[in-house]
Amino acid sequence: MEWSVLVAKLAEGMWVSVEIFSLTLLFSLPLGLFVALGRMSRNPILRNVIKFYISIMRGTPLILQLMVVYFGPYFIFGLPTPNRFLATIVGFVLNYAAYFAEIYRGGIESIDVGQYEAAQVLGYNKAQTFVRIILPQVIKRILPAVTNEVITLIKDTALAFTISVSEMFTVAKAIASAQSSVLPFVAAGIFYYVFNFIVAAIMEWIEKKLDYFR
Amino acid sequence: MKYLEIRHLRKSFGDLEVIKDISLEVEEGQVVAIIGPSGSGKSTLLRCATMLETMDAGELIYLGEHAVWTGPDGKAVMAPPKQLKKIQGYYGLVFQNFNLFPHYSVIRNVTDALITVQKKSKEEALTIGRDLLEKMSLSDKENAYPYQLSGGQQQRVSIARALALNPKVLFFDEPTSALDPELTGEILKVIKDLAAEKMTMVIVTHEITFARDVADHVIFIDGGVIVEEGPPEQVINNPQNERTRAFLSRFER
Repeated sequence: MEWSVLVAKLAEGMWVSVEIFSLTLLFSLPLGLFVALGRMSRNPILRNVIKFYISIMRGTPLILQLMVVYFGPYFIFGLPTPNRFLATIVGFVLNYAAYFAEIYRGGIESIDVGQYEAAQVLGYNKAQTFVRIILPQVIKRILPAVTNEVITLIKDTALAFTISVSEMFTVAKAIASAQSSVLPFVAAGIFYYVFNFIVAAIMEWIEKKLDYFR
Repeated sequence: MKYLEIRHLRKSFGDLEVIKDISLEVEEGQVVAIIGPSGSGKSTLLRCATMLETMDAGELIYLGEHAVWTGPDGKAVMAPPKQLKKIQGYYGLVFQNFNLFPHYSVIRNVTDALITVQKKSKEEALTIGRDLLEKMSLSDKENAYPYQLSGGQQQRVSIARALALNPKVLFFDEPTSALDPELTGEILKVIKDLAAEKMTMVIVTHEITFARDVADHVIFIDGGVIVEEGPPEQVINNPQNERTRAFLSRFER
């Protein structure tokens, strides 16, 4: 295989990995917030359903969850098998939303009750209190934990390999087998490292941006 | 005019009855100091009056308007939300540990509720906020963040924040208890200045000397009841009740 063809194939895989990463964050970060609110709900049914969902997501391997999302519709319900890429995104979003929810919950519960009381006496309604007063403080507090998850996500995208989505790792593996060469794996390793490096730098920049208050 | 009336307030936490039938009235322009030992129920009284706690029974009335009353079953009934929201605008509260919003600058702490809650324009809110900061000698701290201020400065910001909404009654919950001793003076001076302007205030405090100097009316609470009340000369200088005397004997008069 030509060097340029190899690079082009790896670049395609790289792009798919970046897509999985971006779409997962795009949907799981907001979804996680709603899951966290449900987890803290006063309604015991909702609270326990969410608790169960989180325990399943955190208590079973992501690789298995991806297989359930992809093969489940056919084997359990007799429905057509979904698009591989779509199944990957759904699997990742469901899993990551559960982890983010627990991070949000920890952050929300760490905010002093005095902040709610001050807002209440000043006349803020519940939504204003949460969005204007509580959430900005929560975001600052949970940022290091979110960074950890985001970095894990970059490496987790390789799990899409299980259902043959042609992301970086899948492509590297295919080329490596065909060429009997480890070079594609080296390229993949460098790609994941550089991707992480960039994301870590961005997260650090956001943390610095939020340094203006304590 | 009576700005605040509390009638037959009762409040329990589980089996513990913290407030057993307390009634009090605050007239326009009056400064009322509430004193008493720890656990006497004075903070709970303040939290019920500001609706941070729900009352078990009794009436809560601001400017003749009922926020809470006792239903036929003997339990407290809250006014409908719209009425509550209106009544909430009649009072402000200054907390012991300030509870400033750490992510807002000093000026934004003072103006945000004006804009968000009272729907005032940004310009109008800024004018009100800057006037109050000047009054609190904090003009140079307008753009500082709470963590950059001393405890006394933070408490003055929180007083400005409460005053910005132009309350009829201002409550203070032990406003100097979280401060270093050398910083309490600046807060007490601010409250004295407000008293001189005829601001209606209810102050829960441990500062007996201050209570005597600033209050028109002193209420001594112990065990969830009002043990003794009256003008400071009487309650503090010449207490009639044995429990009041025992409590005050720990302070220099």
